[in-house]
Amino acid sequence: MTDEIRDLEYAIAEIMEIANGFGLDYYPMRYEICPSDIIYTFGAYGMPTRFSHWSFGKTFHKMKMQYDFGLSKIYELVINSNPCYAFLLDGNSLIQNKLIVAHVLAHCDFFKNNARFSKSNRNMVESMAATADRISNYEMEYGTEAVEAFIDAVIAIQEHVDPQLIKPRHLDKQRYMEMKMREQRGEKAPRPEGHYDDLWSLDDVQAEEAPTEGIQVHHFPPEPEKDVMWFIQEFSEVLTDWQRDIMSMMREEMLYFWPQMETKIMNEGWASYWHQRIIRELDLNSEDTIEFAKLNSSVVQPSKQSLNPYYLGLKIFEDIERRWDNPTREEQERWGRKPGQGRAKMFEVREFDSDTSFIRNYMTKQLTEDLDLYVFEKKGPDWKITDKSWENIRDQLVFSRVNGGSPYLVVQDADYLRTGELVLKHQYEGIELDLKYMERTLPYLYRLWGRTVHVETRVEDKPIWFTYDGKKHHRKFL
Amino acid sequence: MSNSHQPYSFVVSKEDWSLHRKGYQDQQRHQQKVKDVIKQNLPDLITEENIIMSDGKQIIKVPIRSLDEYRFVYNYQKQKHVGQGNGDSQVGDVIGRDPSASQKPGKGEKAGDQPGHDIVEAEVSIEELEDMLFAELELPDLKQKDKDLIETHTVVFNDIRKKGMQSNIDKKRTILENLRRNATTGTPGIHHISPDDLRYKTWEDKIIPQSNAVIIAMMDTSGSMGSFEKYCARSFFFWMTRFLRRQYEKVEIVFLAHHTEAKEVTEEEFFTRGESGGTICSSVYMKALDIIDRRYPPSSYNIYPFHFSDGDNLTSDNERCVKLIGELMKRSNMFGYGEVNQYNRSSTLMSAYRHIKMDQFMYYVIKEKGEVYKALRSFFQKREGGSVR
Repeated sequence: MTDEIRDLEYAIAEIMEIANGFGLDYYPMRYEICPSDIIYTFGAYGMPTRFSHWSFGKTFHKMKMQYDFGLSKIYELVINSNPCYAFLLDGNSLIQNKLIVAHVLAHCDFFKNNARFSKSNRNMVESMAATADRISNYEMEYGTEAVEAFIDAVIAIQEHVDPQLIKPRHLDKQRYMEMKMREQRGEKAPRPEGHYDDLWSLDDVQAEEAPTEGIQVHHFPPEPEKDVMWFIQEFSEVLTDWQRDIMSMMREEMLYFWPQMETKIMNEGWASYWHQRIIRELDLNSEDTIEFAKLNSSVVQPSKQSLNPYYLGLKIFEDIERRWDNPTREEQERWGRKPGQGRAKMFEVREFDSDTSFIRNYMTKQLTEDLDLYVFEKKGPDWKITDKSWENIRDQLVFSRVNGGSPYLVVQDADYLRTGELVLKHQYEGIELDLKYMERTLPYLYRLWGRTVHVETRVEDKPIWFTYDGKKHHRKFL
Repeated sequence: MSNSHQPYSFVVSKEDWSLHRKGYQDQQRHQQKVKDVIKQNLPDLITEENIIMSDGKQIIKVPIRSLDEYRFVYNYQKQKHVGQGNGDSQVGDVIGRDPSASQKPGKGEKAGDQPGHDIVEAEVSIEELEDMLFAELELPDLKQKDKDLIETHTVVFNDIRKKGMQSNIDKKRTILENLRRNATTGTPGIHHISPDDLRYKTWEDKIIPQSNAVIIAMMDTSGSMGSFEKYCARSFFFWMTRFLRRQYEKVEIVFLAHHTEAKEVTEEEFFTRGESGGTICSSVYMKALDIIDRRYPPSSYNIYPFHFSDGDNLTSDNERCVKLIGELMKRSNMFGYGEVNQYNRSSTLMSAYRHIKMDQFMYYVIKEKGEVYKALRSFFQKREGGSVR
């Protein structure tokens, strides 16, 4: 047992040395070996310290069952934190662990350096533990059922946050309103007091007239608000303090997970690329080589009818390396691309891109053909391949990653007809919502807002409103 | 790159996770919720066709819609997806087929999700359903039968002793004892079985009063009874039989079908055969009386005549019916009349039966499938103070 750990430690030290040589940059690592049910718990909850909810139990049960039946296996889990926690499945062989250790290092490098993660709370392990604690206290105070029912409702809309990196996130209700009113009057927001503040006044053109003086906010919110979670948490009139608290904590957790949702393909591709490169540097005997190849192929194997993000990401990264290592004559002449820049380009991509831009910028015609990608859709009872043109494949892939794959909804009006009713608008881009799901989501939204809620979307390309008034559903075409 | 003084440090640890039970706890909570949903949907579930038509042994799958985590999602069916082929995919290839053409909610959450759906299904065995259902039911006031007369002896092996007959040796326990003893003496393993290790099974004589019940299932099979009416009756008898089987050791069921005249039929015929013609209910009551008198002496049988009809009886026959029901009740534990009356017509039979004022006589009008459950509850409701078994 201790021998095992000593061997593993030795291997990790070696792997880290190789990784450092390649220029990977990661946080201090904490490797923890744990049994399968613990790994699956973490997999279902997303974090070892997360709060309790039956939906996690459901996921856990499903995942664990697949493991027990030998259908799927999680070998590792890695947490975006500093220090970085990585959980290894007890019973992994040493060579399996070597692959995983290398894979995890690359994940950590990605967490640390990718721009999307720049605002990540690296103490989320502790934050989530605190959240879990608070929620369980609320359960004791207000009853498990009440808290659980509330969380059910929040989960229904939890994806609807605004994950922008450059937007001030932590405005409270009052400051938000002041800012929006000012914007509407055409004023500029007062800038934070800083050392160079006086510089701003130099280019301030105070030419605006004053007719905006008496203007009231006719529309609330003045501009459509993407962060539905935040908006409801701040402006709902029926929420109590503990409910707002839970909402804001769950929103924080969503914002923490968001970059991972946005970079799934890249992150897995990056990690797969590096575990292969690193293991190649190790001195393996033939047995280990075969075992490595087995596990590696099971990780990156393409699967029929679906896209393995590990495989897709890996192939794109390899393609980038190839194209920047050996640019064509045209690329050299037109863009001044110098040969041998493959690695450098890869590191740049891992820093600046997310899945949408990664695919948009680096998916090539050659690649879609090599990977034999296609677009398929439902025609009658059949799922049929309908398109093989590479631009459409690329655009479809990009589209599937927009907004983390969730429909984009905004708060359009929170005082509809001056009745305080809430209108969410689905920014329709050609794909309809699942209406059944939506009609069942509306009661949750109602529970949070406390008044009639509407969702505007399109069905068969016609605008339609769905309404839930606490008792009944209505729908009407506009 | 890194500015910490120990840039690439690492720690490997292996802790005791045995107290980390969160996943299991929440899993249990989920299962509890599933159970609650099943309970709430009991009225609909118990008339599910795949239960009623089953042999009653299988595990059935119940779609649990309310435990899906509803969110705003794209309609998976109307979305385009990207997939990957083996290198020879062509436009027009069929890569999958929807097993059911029906529209089910799908999730289009991830790139490259399998075309498929995530419908929460709970597996429930019929036994579990029974437990939930029967927890709410109880036999109505029964007349005590001459139980002493019908007794049976059985032998129950229910104890372990150190002495006994060689033929009754309990090998498993003997070996366990041996293991235990060897372990305490520091030589673990199975060896040197001594007389001290031997364990024997012993038995007890038990006298079990035998209890029998017979259901006289009567149904109107005249032209006016459609498939809905029959289905309701069938669901009712399905659960009633199973309920009585729990209460009695032996439950027999006699099927009597009638229109203007009655005859004994097989179960199969009872539920499937449709006949035309008018209705004279007294015919079936006469038949029932006849069968009871010939085959099921009330002294040793608990008798449950149940009659299902759509209430459309020959008006002149009603009076006779009421009289015969009185006769039947003298012999029976209770008499149940179920009327399947979808459209709430006024029925001739009901107008006559409404005036029967006896505790043993019960009736219920079923208007929709879900009310089979209510009928069951009404016939076998729990009464205050309990009842005599």
